[in-house]
Amino acid sequence: MEQQIVKVKNKRGVRVIPGFGLSLGVTLAMLGPLVLIPLASLFLKAGSLSFPEFWKVVSAPQILSGYGVSLSCAFLAAVVNAVFGMILAWVFVRYEFPGKRLMDGLIELPFALPTAVAGISLTYLYSDQGWIGRWFAKIGVQIAYTRIGITIAMVFVGIPFVVRAVQPVLEKLDRQYEEAATMLGAGRITIFFRVIFPELFPAFLAGFGLAFARGIGEYGSVVFIAGNIPYKTQIAPLLIMTKLEQYKYEDATAIALVLLILSFLLMLGIHSVQIYMQRFSEG
Amino acid sequence: MKKRGMLCILILTMASSLFAAGCGGGKDSSSDRKESLELLNVSYDPTREFYAKYNELFCKYWKEKNGEDVTITQSHGGSGAQARSVIEGNEADVVTLALAHDITAIEEAGLIDGGWMDEFESDSSPYTSTIVFLVRKGNEKNIKDWDDLIKKDVEVITPNPKTSGGACWNFLAAWSYWQEKDGNNEAETKESMKRLYENVLVLDSGARGATNTFVENRQGDVLVAWENEAYLSMEEYPGQYEIITPSVSILAQPSVAVVDQNADEHGTKEIAKAYLEYLYSDEAQRLAGENYYRPSNEEILQEFAGQFDLAMNLVTIDDFGGWDEAYKAFFEDGAVFDQIYAQ
Repeated sequence: MEQQIVKVKNKRGVRVIPGFGLSLGVTLAMLGPLVLIPLASLFLKAGSLSFPEFWKVVSAPQILSGYGVSLSCAFLAAVVNAVFGMILAWVFVRYEFPGKRLMDGLIELPFALPTAVAGISLTYLYSDQGWIGRWFAKIGVQIAYTRIGITIAMVFVGIPFVVRAVQPVLEKLDRQYEEAATMLGAGRITIFFRVIFPELFPAFLAGFGLAFARGIGEYGSVVFIAGNIPYKTQIAPLLIMTKLEQYKYEDATAIALVLLILSFLLMLGIHSVQIYMQRFSEG
Repeated sequence: MKKRGMLCILILTMASSLFAAGCGGGKDSSSDRKESLELLNVSYDPTREFYAKYNELFCKYWKEKNGEDVTITQSHGGSGAQARSVIEGNEADVVTLALAHDITAIEEAGLIDGGWMDEFESDSSPYTSTIVFLVRKGNEKNIKDWDDLIKKDVEVITPNPKTSGGACWNFLAAWSYWQEKDGNNEAETKESMKRLYENVLVLDSGARGATNTFVENRQGDVLVAWENEAYLSMEEYPGQYEIITPSVSILAQPSVAVVDQNADEHGTKEIAKAYLEYLYSDEAQRLAGENYYRPSNEEILQEFAGQFDLAMNLVTIDDFGGWDEAYKAFFEDGAVFDQIYAQ
């Protein structure tokens, strides 16, 4: 009898991670005060508005246009990041060239740099008087203080997501698949889209989603380059700040809540696609 | 110049954090009854330079009078944001903000006693300013008055009145010009204001941000700015800018108040009051003038007659029925400012 109990204990004790109970406890302790409670307080604060009041705030034309600007620019920036992030990851994994390590490290700088500094520098460079912006101004393209500028700032802060999501998957990808495909007569394009890309797709999508979500919530870098003109270049996070400055906390949380729900739905959608894709590839 | 300018914006942007005025320091052993006195002055954007110097002046004055060392800490930012930080628990002993409306907000939060406006002379505005235009040297677009700002090819820089106290003054100054011109026809005035804001290229969130957009990023043809901010840009970039005074502007009265509740808690009420009172002394008034604020003391203002255009036609906030009414009529959600942007 005793022996049996010992046996069972041993069997359970084999797990590498110290127990489900403990790790779940740590998880909740981390998520609770840092994520769940602040988010719940957002719901509570916005809840002090009645539904018609809430609706009036979040459906005001200026606010709707703010969501539009944030979402469209963030989407565009995420697409740009997805395409170029993929290329960057490819170059870093598949080729050797001098300065590769350095460039690889540079990718993470947008994470480390305070966003305000990034915003001010980008504005300085991309205004029609700036070192880069003046060349575009000559062909009649305004970058700073337009939606193009907003998108550029969002591309800047979102670069690392796709690269860092795709890189490890690409590193692990067995090259024998490609060799086999070549032997079977597939061209380069076919190999990329039929053999490599499906393997990378979940990671690619995750990176895209992260870059998109980051763009929607981005304030610090965008606000300097945006111009902040109502109905044109006002982003949703700026409208939240504006409400706060007017001491309208409930309105601010209402706008934030809608932004949060939009981002959540977005992430949920991306996860569903990922899960579907995984089943698809397994089945 | 370029590099220095870049550095400047970086520093300015990040310096909304606190910095201590360089006085006080070593504790005086003779006055060990109290620990070293500390005072936190929460102020708005363009007063950095003035209060840095005023704090030195006050420290010296207090030391001579009471033999105590005092350490004064300054904090700067958009006036509205600064007021909000005090409401949310920033332990300011005194606030020196851009407009009375922001101090009233702190009063409504219960931190400042009612009647603060009568506590000091001149409606608790020790110095005033006004709104002028800053244009690039040569004034290529030939800007003389408000009407020139709504011409088709003119680009204007002014901050957003919803977040900037200075921008509220800008808005009201422009409004009073067209109101006078259009003979109180509100629809026409609104139309002119609409055209003005159609020419606005960047709507920064604060006065300093707008100055940086105009000066560092070289955007726009004209900056609608605080008079003191305009002079400061002239001083920093000699020979690159000109100041244009419009025919009608507004008497901008930045207000000061003791944050009663915090000062009581810190036991700093006496010195906080003295700190604001001393702003009215001849020395401080002159210092204000040297920093391009208009002294509230008439005699000392006259000493600066060569510097300021004293013949300007200035309306006051009372012409709009006080800040509460003006704010409700123009800057609340759905009020005039929102209407002129609505499509």
